Amino acid sequence: MASTLAACGGGGSDSGTPTLTWYINPDSGGQATIAERCSEDSDGAYRIEVAQLPRDSPAQREQLIRRLAANDESIDLMSLDVVFPPEFAQAGFLAPVPEDVAQEVTEGVFQGAVDSATWNDELIAVPFWANTQLLWYRKSVAEAAGLDMSQPVTWDQLIEAAESQDKLLSAQGRRSESLMVWFNALLESAGGQYIEESGESPESIQFGLTTPEAKRASEVMAAVANSSAVGPGFTTASEDTSASEFESDDAGFMVNWPFVYAQAQSKVEAGTLDQSVPDDYGWALYPAVDEGTPSAPPLGGIDIAVSAFSRNVDLAYEAVTCIVQDENQAEYMVTNGNPASSIAVYDDPEVQEAYPMADTIRESLELAASRPLTAYYSEVLGCFLREFHPPGSVNDQTGERTETLTQAVLTGEQLL
Amino acid sequence: MSQTTLPPVEKTQPVSAPGGSISDRSRAERKLGWMLAGPAFVVMLLVTAYPIVQAVYYSLFNYRLTDPENRSFEGLGNYWVILTDGVWWQSILVTVIITVVTVSVELVAGFALALVMAKALSSIRPVVRAAILIPYAVITVVSAFAWQFAFRIDTGFVNSWFAWLPGVSDTTDWFGGQASSLFVICLAEIWKTTPFISLLLLAGLAQVPEVLQEAAKVDGATWWQRMWRVTIPNMKAAIMVALLFRTLDAFRVFDSIFIMTAGANNTESVSFLAYRQTISRVEIGLGSAVSVLLFLAVVLIAFTFIKGFRVDLAQARGER
Repeated sequence: MASTLAACGGGGSDSGTPTLTWYINPDSGGQATIAERCSEDSDGAYRIEVAQLPRDSPAQREQLIRRLAANDESIDLMSLDVVFPPEFAQAGFLAPVPEDVAQEVTEGVFQGAVDSATWNDELIAVPFWANTQLLWYRKSVAEAAGLDMSQPVTWDQLIEAAESQDKLLSAQGRRSESLMVWFNALLESAGGQYIEESGESPESIQFGLTTPEAKRASEVMAAVANSSAVGPGFTTASEDTSASEFESDDAGFMVNWPFVYAQAQSKVEAGTLDQSVPDDYGWALYPAVDEGTPSAPPLGGIDIAVSAFSRNVDLAYEAVTCIVQDENQAEYMVTNGNPASSIAVYDDPEVQEAYPMADTIRESLELAASRPLTAYYSEVLGCFLREFHPPGSVNDQTGERTETLTQAVLTGEQLL
Repeated sequence: MSQTTLPPVEKTQPVSAPGGSISDRSRAERKLGWMLAGPAFVVMLLVTAYPIVQAVYYSLFNYRLTDPENRSFEGLGNYWVILTDGVWWQSILVTVIITVVTVSVELVAGFALALVMAKALSSIRPVVRAAILIPYAVITVVSAFAWQFAFRIDTGFVNSWFAWLPGVSDTTDWFGGQASSLFVICLAEIWKTTPFISLLLLAGLAQVPEVLQEAAKVDGATWWQRMWRVTIPNMKAAIMVALLFRTLDAFRVFDSIFIMTAGANNTESVSFLAYRQTISRVEIGLGSAVSVLLFLAVVLIAFTFIKGFRVDLAQARGER
């Protein structure tokens, strides 16, 4: 794939053009298209080749970290999941973002997306696209349950509505990143923070898991997991599981990323799903923990980082500014289904047409809270999963146990 | 090697040749042997001994790949952390359960399949052998995915096909608990590696002299008596080698767990633990220490089999 691209992009330029290699997460070809376009637009200043990383984000991190630890010069640009840049920056793997570039790429970008790419008060990566979860509901079910979806709803209300209608409330109870996504959203909505103070060394990190807010978040998580509204395979349910549950006849409510809408549409086109199903889809802001608490939807997405070992750091940043342009983000959103990090993109008529829920996504991204930012994210996540999975067993002691375990693991006193 | 050269030496002795010439010859032979095997030996040292030594060295440090400057000497500290941690013993327990269950089931099933292959009509023998060997040819990750899809609550067919069994229904979540997850993992392992055992046992069966069987028949031994008193004792070496290889393999189980449960619900094996410390957490020191302990466990198993059960690898190859 990379060689075809190189042939296309480099068609008009001479062979002396420097080549930038962009390690991308697998998508539906959108990043490759953008790479090609920016190569052409650069008038021979550079040529971008893409190289694919593994499918899931922990595996992407593993590959990049091993290469960068060996000072691999073949990496120029990287598409990084929003939770990873701090670890890379702390290790000295990322080239500092030039002042003017930082200014340009943060203008008109969702604050949450900028925050997640900021470490020690400096921008360390460039926000590319920003994902968020919405509350999806079947209009027919919400109506039958008498739930007014134009108002903010709470988890308790959803459990009650789903149980009363004998329908499913789909969330992700699997032992993976998605459980952290869910818990963090609950915690932020309750007013807490997973990491209250992040320090340089592992010992100086202050966790916020013993607070009343964390206890409330744990309570809600257990209430959902133990309710009769979740599917039988809840402890192994992933985003895909939820999406297919939501297409079934038992569907009621679901928290999930916006891909579910595009997925249902393409199933209709393929003839495997009836048009009446996506027609019944409604969307609203992520549920709150209690009445009166704000909704704090999860924030996801991809940042683009430049390797410190790249031989063309300046050119790489030039390329990044081209890649994250609004037109590219808009097209990427329409063709690949990944929401833009630039606010202005949501006014694009094509985006509005492809995404009837574009305004809800924008509103959600404005409220979105990022997952704990730390250079030790993998450890923090691993400890969290050990204590919080299965979600049905979570109680008000779980937070404290997780804190103790995380401290012990980070100081090397315990295995993970 | 030494066994194959023994008989000629014994034969030459009665001729009362001077001892010196024999030792010259054997010295020359030994030299030739080293020259022939030398390059392979050096390559083996490079690709296996070097990484092992390096792992042992790293295991003495507190060393994080993303933080090389703060590397510090820990001595045996990493080993202490591991051996006093419940996670390590949990993974040992899981690994031992998987090893014992899969190897014992595979031995019985593999023996039955070997008998089928040995006794099958010669016209259908190639077909039978190919059919039995197919699972072994499947890549482990692929087989793990196949079994996962079969048992998963959303895509699987097992729940609807076997709903008549007690304890199985549409809502059985096989990967939701430790025992049921391990059951599926063991099943996948057994399906995949039984052919390997049966192949080794088939070679063993072929070594049992037909004359012994005939003699036993003449003496009026039943099929069962012949099996227990003639066939099995005569293929003991093959059985032990099959057991040894499979035990070593099973103890390092990784792929099936990685794909099916990713270590959820206490299904983590020792290899998986090493993988997570070294590759995911990039804690090279701690991870190396887990790997070294795994290596020691494997050495212990091999040693127990070879010394304890007197497994002779050369004998299994039919050299004696």
